[in-house]
Amino acid sequence: MKHWKKTILTAFGVIFSAASLTAADKVSMGFIYVGPKDDYGYNQAHSEGCAGVQKLSWVKAVEEASVPETTAVQETMRNMINLDGVQVLFPTSFGYFDPHILKIAKQYPKVQFLHCGGLYTEGKNPKNVGSYFGYIDEAVFVSGIVAGHATKSGKLGFIAAKPIPQVLRNINAFALGARSANPSATVQVIFTGDWSVPVKEAESATSLINQGVDVLTCHVDSPKVILETAERRGIYVCGYHANGSKLAPKGYLTGAEWNWSKVYTDYAEMVKAGKSLSAGTIPHLVRGGLKEGFVKCSDYGPTVDSAAKKDAEAAKAMFMDGTMVIFKGPLKDNSGKEILPAGKELKQQDISLESMSWLVEGVIGSTKS
Amino acid sequence: MQPAASIAGAPSVALIPRASLRWRSRLEAAAMPIMAVLVAMVLFGSFCASQGRNPLAVFGAINKAAFGSWYSFQNTLIRAAPLMLTALCTALPARLGLVVIGNEGALVIGGLTATAAGLAVQSAPVLVVLTAMALAGMVGGGLWITFVGILYYKRGVNETISSLLLNYVAIAFLNHLVNGPMRDPSSLNKPSSYPIPDDKMLPAIGESNIHYGLVFGMVVCLIAWVLMEHTSFGFKVRMIGGNIRAARMAGLPVAAIGLIICFLAGAAAGLAGMIEVAAVHGRANESLAAGYGYAGILVAFVARHRGLAIMLVSVMLGGILASGGILQRQFQLPDATILVFQGLVFITILFSDSLYGKLKFFKEEAA
Repeated sequence: MKHWKKTILTAFGVIFSAASLTAADKVSMGFIYVGPKDDYGYNQAHSEGCAGVQKLSWVKAVEEASVPETTAVQETMRNMINLDGVQVLFPTSFGYFDPHILKIAKQYPKVQFLHCGGLYTEGKNPKNVGSYFGYIDEAVFVSGIVAGHATKSGKLGFIAAKPIPQVLRNINAFALGARSANPSATVQVIFTGDWSVPVKEAESATSLINQGVDVLTCHVDSPKVILETAERRGIYVCGYHANGSKLAPKGYLTGAEWNWSKVYTDYAEMVKAGKSLSAGTIPHLVRGGLKEGFVKCSDYGPTVDSAAKKDAEAAKAMFMDGTMVIFKGPLKDNSGKEILPAGKELKQQDISLESMSWLVEGVIGSTKS
Repeated sequence: MQPAASIAGAPSVALIPRASLRWRSRLEAAAMPIMAVLVAMVLFGSFCASQGRNPLAVFGAINKAAFGSWYSFQNTLIRAAPLMLTALCTALPARLGLVVIGNEGALVIGGLTATAAGLAVQSAPVLVVLTAMALAGMVGGGLWITFVGILYYKRGVNETISSLLLNYVAIAFLNHLVNGPMRDPSSLNKPSSYPIPDDKMLPAIGESNIHYGLVFGMVVCLIAWVLMEHTSFGFKVRMIGGNIRAARMAGLPVAAIGLIICFLAGAAAGLAGMIEVAAVHGRANESLAAGYGYAGILVAFVARHRGLAIMLVSVMLGGILASGGILQRQFQLPDATILVFQGLVFITILFSDSLYGKLKFFKEEAA
């Protein structure tokens, strides 16, 4: 019986290696998104990254969109591995990680699982899992500077999904950027409670505009309705995730965009060179900001004046040479409590930034849900 | 009351004793959905052709991805499992003439109560933990829909509206708990409850990828079928659904039976929530509200609220959903394509409902 099973397994092995021979000269990558590819947001940014690596002649990439964070994503990962022969998987939604990636990664130790969001824990998670993320708050800070110059009422609006560290960091960076250009500016925050609730996002935009807000930005999965509402009401808007200038040709100032095609190309090259996570030749945690090319700023819209451009470019230059620190003392939260004393600063890599729970002075809103 | 009863399938058919069903009407019951699916396939085929894809190749791929091998059939069954349970949340009250669509809410509440119970007894043996979770999930979901029943029988509140709105309340409640009282402080960017220990989770069946939730779903559907078709309680329920006044005249405790059915309905969806926690997520968080509840409504209506048919329709819908990926990866069709197919199938099946008894071929000759 045993020997019988072994023969079958060997036979499968032969077939499988024969099949993989033809694919061996190509790096095969699989991308999974939680929403549609054309959401002008999170998923579009990743899909553009996928399109970027697809241009390389030695890469074969498959993608699947609108995969929910249920057993459905486990099925998609298994299908990509078994049916499409994918060697490197990029399940991009934050909620895919635990339990789905962790479970499938254990079952397929030869496949590399790279997750966007940065949750990998050394020693606790399977060795073939890694994570990557970008310091997009750098680009948001630049948006803030431009917004601070553009506002006439001094009231900025920020529509956010949830009061979690990643989101709070962007709100604070936006406020600090804006107040560096216009010290009296305020940022009114509305939390919608979920990543993709277009109706609430539109209502929030309308309500903020009615309160006198004249520059909007956001951190939700798809900024589409917010961009459209701002444009229709004739106010300024800063994009997020992907370039949204098409949706707001008049009011678009600039925006914080991901540059995943650079990140994915780097990974593809590492895999092509025979490197892997399990062998430790691909780092388990990869991070980068403007300097590393992980994030970028949208081109300026038509209304951005030269003073704004000058300040924004100066900030960008400081990010590029590594001298800019966004979170530095003296820094107070919006209840007046001191967060950082003068002279102290939190560099981008500082781990305490990843558990941020406060809103800086000048932000109107509360993290309590 | 009457419009609800007529939406909820054809209760009058159910009241006819089985012996009087002749072959023509039996054939009708089988042929109608099959013809409806064929019509849907023709429509979807022309849609694919309009997108420049060969319809036959597309159907071949759908079949391969959903039913073509044991590997792919597993995917179908995994997707079907929660639908069997959430469908009952609509199907059982439908037999009474109530249109309850609070499946998603009952699932979420069941998942929450199951998590709370599981965490409370997490150091107990695995069977104790799972039993406690299942009971808590069923009671949680059951009471949630019983509340809908109480609003209806005691205050006259429309059950469709109240159950629909309670879905949002349930999801908000879930978000509140996992962001606050139940939150594991280490779940930074995706607020979640503390996890159920790995060794206390519901395992997969043998070597397959399928978890025991499928068995739960099939057993509960069978129980529901026996209860509704082969017990005097089920007969009472169908009688209330057929004519509520006659049932009252006959002395049936209409409200009591209604509340029991509401509890059972919610319990089924609550059990689905428990399985999502115990077999898949291991903790309560926003991923619980993944739309299984809403898909269950579709399944219930297409299955005409019959327990056995629910199993079949769940597998069919599971297969359709499981083949969504291959259309994207092999044919580069947009991700919504599979929803077009799903929509066409359901619309034609629901439309075919209106043709029952209207086609001459299926008419029994007068006895």
